[in-house]
Amino acid sequence: MLKQKITIALSGNPNSGKTTIFNAITGARQHIANYPGVTVEKKYGRIKHRGYDIEVVDLPGTYSLTAYSLEEIVARDFLVNERPDLVVDIVDASNLDRNLYLAVQFKELGVPLVIALNMMDVAEARGILVDQETLSTLLGVPVVATVARSNKGIYALLDKVVEVALNGQEWQPANLSYGTDIDQGLDEIEDIIKGADAYDKRYPPRWLALKCMEGDNQIVELMRSDQEISSAVEAICKRTSKHIMDTLEEEPEGIIAEHRYGHIAGITKKSVKRRIESRLNLSDRIDRVLTNRIIGPLIMMAILYAIYEFTFWVSEGPVSWLEVFFGWLKDMVSLFISEGALYSLIVSGIIDGVGGILGFIPLIMFMFFAIAIMEDSGYMARVAYMLDRVLRWFGLHGNSVMALLVSGGIAGGCAVPGVMATRTLKDPKERIATLLVVPFMNCGAKLPVFAVLIAAFFAKKEAGMMFIFTLLSWSFALFAAKMIRSTLLRGPKTPFVMELPPYRFPTLKGLIIHTWERTWQFIKRAGTFILGMSILLWAMMTFPGLSEKQMKVYEEQRGELRDSFLALPEVKGIIKDEKGLEDLDELVHSYAQAMKEDLASAKTLEKNPLFPLVEAIFADPHVQKESEEGNLLEMTVASAYLRYREEQARIDGRQNQAALKGTVAGRIGQILEHVTSAVGFDYRTNIALIGGFAAKEVVVSTLGTAYSLGELDPEKSGSLSEKLKQDPQWNPLVAFTLILFTMLYVPCLATVISIKKESSWRWAGFSVAFNLIVAYLVCLFVYQIGSALGLGG
Amino acid sequence: MKKIITMREMTDNQGGLVKRVSASGDMGRRIREMGLVPNAYIQIQGRAPLKDPVAIKIKDFILTLRNNEADHILVEVDVDE
Repeated sequence: MLKQKITIALSGNPNSGKTTIFNAITGARQHIANYPGVTVEKKYGRIKHRGYDIEVVDLPGTYSLTAYSLEEIVARDFLVNERPDLVVDIVDASNLDRNLYLAVQFKELGVPLVIALNMMDVAEARGILVDQETLSTLLGVPVVATVARSNKGIYALLDKVVEVALNGQEWQPANLSYGTDIDQGLDEIEDIIKGADAYDKRYPPRWLALKCMEGDNQIVELMRSDQEISSAVEAICKRTSKHIMDTLEEEPEGIIAEHRYGHIAGITKKSVKRRIESRLNLSDRIDRVLTNRIIGPLIMMAILYAIYEFTFWVSEGPVSWLEVFFGWLKDMVSLFISEGALYSLIVSGIIDGVGGILGFIPLIMFMFFAIAIMEDSGYMARVAYMLDRVLRWFGLHGNSVMALLVSGGIAGGCAVPGVMATRTLKDPKERIATLLVVPFMNCGAKLPVFAVLIAAFFAKKEAGMMFIFTLLSWSFALFAAKMIRSTLLRGPKTPFVMELPPYRFPTLKGLIIHTWERTWQFIKRAGTFILGMSILLWAMMTFPGLSEKQMKVYEEQRGELRDSFLALPEVKGIIKDEKGLEDLDELVHSYAQAMKEDLASAKTLEKNPLFPLVEAIFADPHVQKESEEGNLLEMTVASAYLRYREEQARIDGRQNQAALKGTVAGRIGQILEHVTSAVGFDYRTNIALIGGFAAKEVVVSTLGTAYSLGELDPEKSGSLSEKLKQDPQWNPLVAFTLILFTMLYVPCLATVISIKKESSWRWAGFSVAFNLIVAYLVCLFVYQIGSALGLGG
Repeated sequence: MKKIITMREMTDNQGGLVKRVSASGDMGRRIREMGLVPNAYIQIQGRAPLKDPVAIKIKDFILTLRNNEADHILVEVDVDE
C-alpha cells in the first residue's frame, strides 16, 4: 500500500444534506476551528476505512465557486492550497440541475471528484428518477447514491473515495464550451498564461482564463502581480465583453452561467426521467398555509410564542435543580472553610458568579433546541422571507432575524451565539448593524432582573409586562439599527436571492448537534470570562472593607442593644446574662432548623428550660392563646426578643451597607449618582449595574447585598421584591426605568468579547458606548416625563 | 399571445420563460448561478405578507427575490386576449 492517509473535502449546496453526510461519516469525532484569518468555521473529522486514515474537511456550503461570498473564497482557497486527494460533492437528487452547477465548476477547476447523489428517496417520491450510470458517464465522474438521513450508501461512498484516491489522479480541468466568442478569448488568454513562466502554478491556466473572463475579483487581482500579462489579458476580456454586449446584450459572465446550465440540461435530459409532471408537492402545499399572506404571520407569532412557553416550561425543572446543586455546594464549602475572606471569595465570588451563569444553561439550551427545529425543518428561511420587507426598512436583512431570535427575540436566548449567528449575513454593513443591536434583545440573564422588579411593582400583571418588554426590546433594536444604518453604516442593501428549502422532518441527531454547538459556544465564552470577572467584581465589591474603627462603632451599637435588652425587668427573670442570651440564640436556630425538617426532631429540644420561650417566639402573635399566668410572661419576653433581633438585623444591615458603600464599586456607584439621580438610580442601583457588566443577572444578587439581604435568615427577611417595595426610594417608575436600563445598557462582557471576535475592538468599544448612551437617554426621557406626570409618587 | 414583462409584474401562479437578466455585479452573478438564465422556466409561487419579496419556482426548488431584484428579470408570458 502506497498511501495510508487520504484527505477529502466535503462540498455541496446548502440544504443538500452535506452536514448530515459529514455527521454520518465522522460521528462524534468532529473538530471545529476557523479558517485562517476569517470567521468561517472549519469542521473536520478523521475516520478509518479499510485500513486507510481518511481526514474529512467539511467545506462551507456554497452554490458556486465564484468570489461572491467569503465561504466560496474559503472553499476555493482550501482546494488550491491544501490540494485534498479529492472532493466529494453532495448533490441533492431532487434538485439536480442547480446542484450540478457547483459540480460543473469543480470539473472546470479539475480537482478529482466523486459525486454523492443524495436524497434519492425524496427525488423518487417526487417522481424524479435519476439514472445513476448515465449521469456518471455523461459527467465523467463516479456517482454513488446515498440517503444520508438513514445512513444508506455511506459505506459505498467511502469505498469509492478510497478507490479514487488510490488512483492518484492528477487535476484535469474540463474543457467546456461557452460559445465561440468566449472560447476564442479563453484560448488566447490560456496561451498567454502558459507562455509566462511566472504564473501561479496552483491554478490551471484555463481556469484562470475563465475567471478573468467572469471578472472574478480575487483572480483579476492575482493576475495583476505581472503587469504585462494582466494588461494583455484584460484587453482580451474587454474586447470579448464588448463584442458580446453588442451582439447578445449580455455580459460574458451571464453567457458563461447560461452555458453551464445548458451543459447541465443536456446531461439531465438524458439521465433523468420524470414520472409525473411535477404538481404541487407536499412542501409547496405546506407553504400555501405557512407563508400565506394573512395567516402566515399569525402562525409565525403563534409558533414563536409556543417556543417561549415551551422553553420556560421544560427548563423550569433543570434550572431549579441547578439552583439546589449550587446551594448544596455552598453548604459544603461552609463545612470546610470558616467565614472570612476566603469563604466570601469562594461563595460570593466564584459559586454565585459562575453558578449564576451556568444556572441558565438549561433555559438557553432548550431555546437553542427550539431554534434548531426551526432551522432544520426549513421554517427559519420562511421567517426570514416573511420578515425581510420589515427588517429591510430598518436597514437589516431577512437573515438578521436569526441572530435577533437567538439573542432573545422571544426572550430567553443569549447574545453570545446571537452575535455569532450574524455570520450568515454577507454584507459587512448589514452584519455589523445586526451585531450592534443584538444585545438589546431580552436574553435569559436579564429575565431574573425583570422578574424581581415586576413582582415587586407590577404584581399580577407579569405576563402583560413581559410582553411589553419583549415588544420594547424589538422596537429599540430595530430603531437603533435604522439609526446606525442611516448614519455610520450607510450603504446599499444586499440582495435577497435565497432558496426556500423544502420542509423536512429534522433528525434528532442533527438537532442535538446543532443545539450542543451553540450551547458549547455559550459555556466556553461565558465560563472562561465569567470566572475571572466574577472574582474581579467580587473584589471590587468587597475591598476595602470597613476599618477597625468603623467596625467598632457597630460592635458598640450591638453591645448597647444587647445590654438594654438584658436590662429589661421581664427579661431578667429568664435570661440572666450574655451566656444565657447566646444559649437562646442557639436554641432558636436549632428549633428553626428542626421545624424545617420535621416536628419530631423538634421534640428533642423540649427538655431545654428555655423551650417554652422559644415556642412563644415562634408562635403566631395573631393567634390569641388561652392566657395562663406563665404563658403571659413568656409572650412578653418573646416579643421583646423579636424586637431585639429586628433591631440587631438593622444594625447588621447598616454595617453591610456601609461596607459596600466604602468598597471600590461603592465609591464608583456614589460618583455616578451625580449622573444617575436624573434617572432615579441611587448608588446601590449603580453598584448593581456595575456588577451586571459581568452578567446581567448579577444585578439581582448585588441589589440583594446593597439592600443588606443575605445575612439574615432568608425566610424571615422577606424577598428582595418585598424589600424594594417597602423602600421609599423605589416606586413603579424607578422599577420601570431600571428594567429599561438593564435591557439596553452595555452588553455583558462575554458579548463584548464576541463582538470583538466577529468585528474589531473598535466596534466592540463602540457597542459599549452606544448602548450606554441609548440606555441613558431613553431612561432619562422616561423618568423625567414620568416624574413630571406624577407617576413617581 | 406572448408578451414580455418584468418578473415583478407577474401574477400569482403565472409561469413564463426567462428572456433576459439585466442585473450585473454581485446581484447578477447570484441570480444567474441560482439558475435564472435565459430559457429557464419559472412560476410565481407566492409573495410575502407585504407583497415583497416574491417566491418563485424554478427547476425543482423555490427561490425568493425582492421586487427590485425581480425588476431586472424579463419574462415571456402568455396573455389571454
